[in-house]
Amino acid sequence: MKELILILISAALVNNFVLVRFLGLCPFFGVSKKIETAIGMGMAVIFVMVLASIVTWGIWNFVLVPGPSNILQQLFLPEGQSLDLTYLKTVAYILVIASLVQLTEMFLMKNNPSLYQALGVFLPLITTNCAVLGVALINTQDKNYSLAPTLVHAVGAGLGFTLALVLMAGIREKLEDHNVPKALDGFPIAFITAGLMAIAFLGFSGMITD
Amino acid sequence: MSSAANEFTKGIVRENPVFALLLGLCPTLAVTTSLKNGVGMGLAGGAVLICSNIVISLLRKVIPPKIRIPIFIVVIASFVTIIDLLMEAQVPDLHKSLGLFIPLIVVNCIILGRAEAYAYKEGILNSALDGMGMTVGFTWALALIGGIREILGTGNLWGMPWNVALGSIPVLGNILGPIATTFSDILGAIGIQPAILMILPPGAFILMGVLMGWFQHRKLKMEAGL
Repeated sequence: MKELILILISAALVNNFVLVRFLGLCPFFGVSKKIETAIGMGMAVIFVMVLASIVTWGIWNFVLVPGPSNILQQLFLPEGQSLDLTYLKTVAYILVIASLVQLTEMFLMKNNPSLYQALGVFLPLITTNCAVLGVALINTQDKNYSLAPTLVHAVGAGLGFTLALVLMAGIREKLEDHNVPKALDGFPIAFITAGLMAIAFLGFSGMITD
Repeated sequence: MSSAANEFTKGIVRENPVFALLLGLCPTLAVTTSLKNGVGMGLAGGAVLICSNIVISLLRKVIPPKIRIPIFIVVIASFVTIIDLLMEAQVPDLHKSLGLFIPLIVVNCIILGRAEAYAYKEGILNSALDGMGMTVGFTWALALIGGIREILGTGNLWGMPWNVALGSIPVLGNILGPIATTFSDILGAIGIQPAILMILPPGAFILMGVLMGWFQHRKLKMEAGL
């Protein structure tokens, strides 16, 4: 239990996906103009991250990694031979994430139109959000988590992303009313703001050593 | 300027993927802690971009429009896997320091963006030239950011002290080297230390903001002058 809480805090704050790991910067700068859309995007990312993490965990453990749990190896290879497909991870994961996003979109459109209204516009953007592929790769190839830590790590990563996005949106809403020098108006000032936020997040480093 | 040359040069400054189109931000900021990493990432991403541009341009007449995006992604992901394995075998140190960001080339918006906006419509030669131009643009942008961060953050350039690095450039180094050495001696005498912040994450954001502000300033000045 303690380990799971540590993983959650580490993913959300200490190794914040946006401000420390630099994953998911495109939506971070693209959809951070209003708090409302930022929250919508954050929810959609958490949702897809958790789903993608579960599915990629299954693929990694039962299809790609060699060993007795590998289904393809059990079905097609004679006893004693092993099948190592880990080099196919990039292709497999990106296809899974893309089709998962598509499926989620279709499912929501049919069964929960109100949620679809809220998340719909953000879902297609998530396919090319490197934070989702990033969390899947970290879970499987880097950390080799079992299922429970995988889930917690995905939730933490999504929460951290949402936190950074909403904070950024709040600051940018305020910035609208202020007189920014013309040369810095728009994206440059947003980057400098993000830099200052990243300094604040540096304060969390060293809190958990993993 | 002939049109072929134009296809090549437009990616370098006018439609620079990083500074003008604001694409591919994640690797741009994440791996540019040193000049070497910046150049390595630029070339790795560029190799995938050129290959995928050529293949997608070759296949553009057989790819049905409705399922083009998944097909682009599969083509790109295959090349990323090839580059990933190639780098792991040939340049293991660089592969280790770029880490997660090599498989993440798949979701780099520059590559999918060029496939969708350019290679799917144009001929093979133009697509290859477009890919090469974008590669040059992407690589110099990453090299600039990586170089500045490495000098300010560690006082090194390409893994050696920056005055030695400048001195080892052929021809120009004979002039630049002594100047840089004098300058770094003066800095050392005053007691100026490298700012570690620059190689930490905040340095990347702030440097990128300042550089973009500078480009925007120049653009405003040019428009005012016209």
